[in-house]
Amino acid sequence: MTESTRIVVAGASLAGLRVAEALRGNGFDGELVLIGDEPHEPYDRPPLSKSVLTGRIGTDRLLLARTRTLHARWLLGVAATGLDRANRRVRVADGREIGYDRLVIATGARARPWPVPAEAALRGVHLLRGRDDADRLRADLVAAPRRVLVIGGGFTGSEVASSCHDLGLPVTVIQRGPAPLAGALGRVVGDALGARQRSFGIDLRVGTVAEALLDDGHGRLTGAVLSDGTRIGADVAVVALGSVRNTEWLAGAGLRADTGGVDCDTACRAITLDGTAAEDIYVIGDAARWRHPHFDAPPAALEHWGNALDQAETAARNLTRGGGSLRHTTGLPEFWSDQFGMNIKSVGLPHIADQVTLTQGSFERGPFVALYGRDEVTVGAVAINSPRVMDGYAALVAECAPFPPAIDANDSPTTTRVLDAGFAPALVSGGLS
Amino acid sequence: MTTTQPYPSAPIYERILDPANRHDPYPLYAELSADPLHQLDEHTWLVTRHDDIARLLRDPRMSVSDPQGQPLDPPLLGSDGTPFRGGFLVLDPPHHDTLRKQTMHQFIPRILGLRHNIEELVQQLLDAKGQGPGVIDIVTELAYPLPVGVICELLGVPRSEEPVFHRFAELLTRGLDPEESLSEQEKADLAVGRREWREYLIPMIAQRQAEPGTDLISGMLAEGDPETRMNAIELGSTLGLLLIAGHETTVNLVTNGVLTLLRNPGALDRLRADPDLAPGVVEEVLRYDPPVQMTSRHATAPIRVAGQIIPTGDRIRMMLAAANRDPHRFADPERFDPARLDNAHLAFGGGVHYCLGAALARIEAQTALSAIATRLINPRLLDDPPVYRPNMILRGPAGLRVAYDGITA
Repeated sequence: MTESTRIVVAGASLAGLRVAEALRGNGFDGELVLIGDEPHEPYDRPPLSKSVLTGRIGTDRLLLARTRTLHARWLLGVAATGLDRANRRVRVADGREIGYDRLVIATGARARPWPVPAEAALRGVHLLRGRDDADRLRADLVAAPRRVLVIGGGFTGSEVASSCHDLGLPVTVIQRGPAPLAGALGRVVGDALGARQRSFGIDLRVGTVAEALLDDGHGRLTGAVLSDGTRIGADVAVVALGSVRNTEWLAGAGLRADTGGVDCDTACRAITLDGTAAEDIYVIGDAARWRHPHFDAPPAALEHWGNALDQAETAARNLTRGGGSLRHTTGLPEFWSDQFGMNIKSVGLPHIADQVTLTQGSFERGPFVALYGRDEVTVGAVAINSPRVMDGYAALVAECAPFPPAIDANDSPTTTRVLDAGFAPALVSGGLS
Repeated sequence: MTTTQPYPSAPIYERILDPANRHDPYPLYAELSADPLHQLDEHTWLVTRHDDIARLLRDPRMSVSDPQGQPLDPPLLGSDGTPFRGGFLVLDPPHHDTLRKQTMHQFIPRILGLRHNIEELVQQLLDAKGQGPGVIDIVTELAYPLPVGVICELLGVPRSEEPVFHRFAELLTRGLDPEESLSEQEKADLAVGRREWREYLIPMIAQRQAEPGTDLISGMLAEGDPETRMNAIELGSTLGLLLIAGHETTVNLVTNGVLTLLRNPGALDRLRADPDLAPGVVEEVLRYDPPVQMTSRHATAPIRVAGQIIPTGDRIRMMLAAANRDPHRFADPERFDPARLDNAHLAFGGGVHYCLGAALARIEAQTALSAIATRLINPRLLDDPPVYRPNMILRGPAGLRVAYDGITA
């Protein structure tokens, strides 16, 4: 790689920062440019729905640790708005055009907005994706609202509900599916977690959608009308309906991209419209839609913290490999969530399963582990307050162990019951956080 | 180890068990690690690689409870209503988790507050040697007194009780050895020792119940939910566990650390010039020469390791000390390098049984090694290699005599 080479990273969050660091770590000594739509230096997002909302830490303390000096040019507060592949240029929001030799797309995702703009604009209606969102929401939560309405019972919604509960606020969660977290974990586990949420006093309404957000006549939220006809009074609503990948800026660039992500291969190379891998454009993080080689499942964006790191490592290795062989991302998908006193850890792809079985503990109380299978192969596991056994389950997923495998731990159920995992087809897409 | 069939790896394992090789088993481990998995006898396996061991330590199918273990006679009950079988080191979840959590709540905050006392204790032990030239036995004059002094501090017992604790520590530590390595006499002594320990604790616990103080025992007696709180027999075994698990291990860590530093004068000089390097030194000692060389579990269900299915009920031994030098995991693994950044050693185990005292061990070893580096003038080993205790799992020198030209104040 010559000194004149310039790598542009579009996106300056976790994936963007880590790919830049890994490039330098691999000895890349050319020019490095990072473009970020937020004015902030790269920061950690997982606390936004948890310790930031409860006030345990401020958003000024979330900056991601730097592992090395980057010697990079930072363009912060300007989104990438266009890509000209023929001339290898990225257009940014202030009109400038940045030339590149290699491009890394790490523009991530944003919260899916409330579909009615006038209602979305009401004071008291919030999205939660960035630190400015979290600051605004926190300000409304400390103003003692009568009730908080959380629209969407996925991970973000459930974590927000938990934080509001910790603040002593009455909370209603509206979930379209049959149980909270059902899109990611299925109905069986979702029901178990929903029962626990209710035991904290959460007013959980499943199989329900919010049909309208109500204006108090002065541009402020006063409540919502639900699909079952009831009205709920609330001063704060958090719209947690999943995410939309930030790919609009790639329109016309000849890459296979839509709101579901930018297609890439396991080496993180972007896929062009003719189906070939671009050698000069890589995609990583929440914006990358790819088929994990271990699973028989359609391509999907894996919007997890660990996936961003894995792909950053892969892209950096491949960008600096010279004549060496390609690295492929093969690590098993993993994510976690903390809510209602529970640490939830997942490995593999539970959402592609057709069956589930309890392997340790009990759905009713205390810690438990549930294992997911598809076509009699183990494809995923979820552990509640049992993070320290996950590597064992990950090994079962990695070796495609027959489902259900024998565990027979001291706290395993005496008989193995295999249940329908309860993934409604409509729930499989979108909404994972 | 009984070899009923010809198992090709059994002879090398025999050599590892042989006390004659105790001073340097690492070449044998390297030979062993050429294969990720060995069968030692019909029902015993040995795993050598870092990735396999790290995973197995976190596998729910790996049980610590002895399938042949018998409840005590007469039977005593644990707080969960099942027969008491021992401290939580030999229990599986869920009861293990209940007991461990209560212990963590009381133990961890207290040890974090102990750093100053530990520093003072280490300085006192060196002060006792005077200032002139002399010889210190690191084992008996520093590494042994340190953890005993710390446990006395934690339990709020006077220093005058230290000899009693020292004796119990020696007696009960044999309980950490594999059952089959103990003679009938040793097993009997151990049973007597455990009974005496319980009897020794009864008045102490009663006194704390009547007049609660700020010590660990008083804390444990009031910890958490009365419904699930550990009962007297469990409290006694937990306190015994804290005593023994933190004893010989700390002795080995401190002694191995001093030995390794004296064999690597460059590292010793750097630590002397900058005692803030102690955390990196201790992590590297933990990797390079860990106090606990091996750990064991039983399979509750068939487990695949290195392409082989290990059947239910078989014993799986994991050679932590070999994994810590696994060339697939560590760059230049045979080199002692305190500046190593990527040092995910397995010295403290992993998973639900990850060493509860890791933070305490770190504080004790960091303090002791910096004090040795900064206060001993021109330290040198008198016996290299030193004489080792015969124990293979909790491996460490029986004594480590170091000559010096003086001790700075």
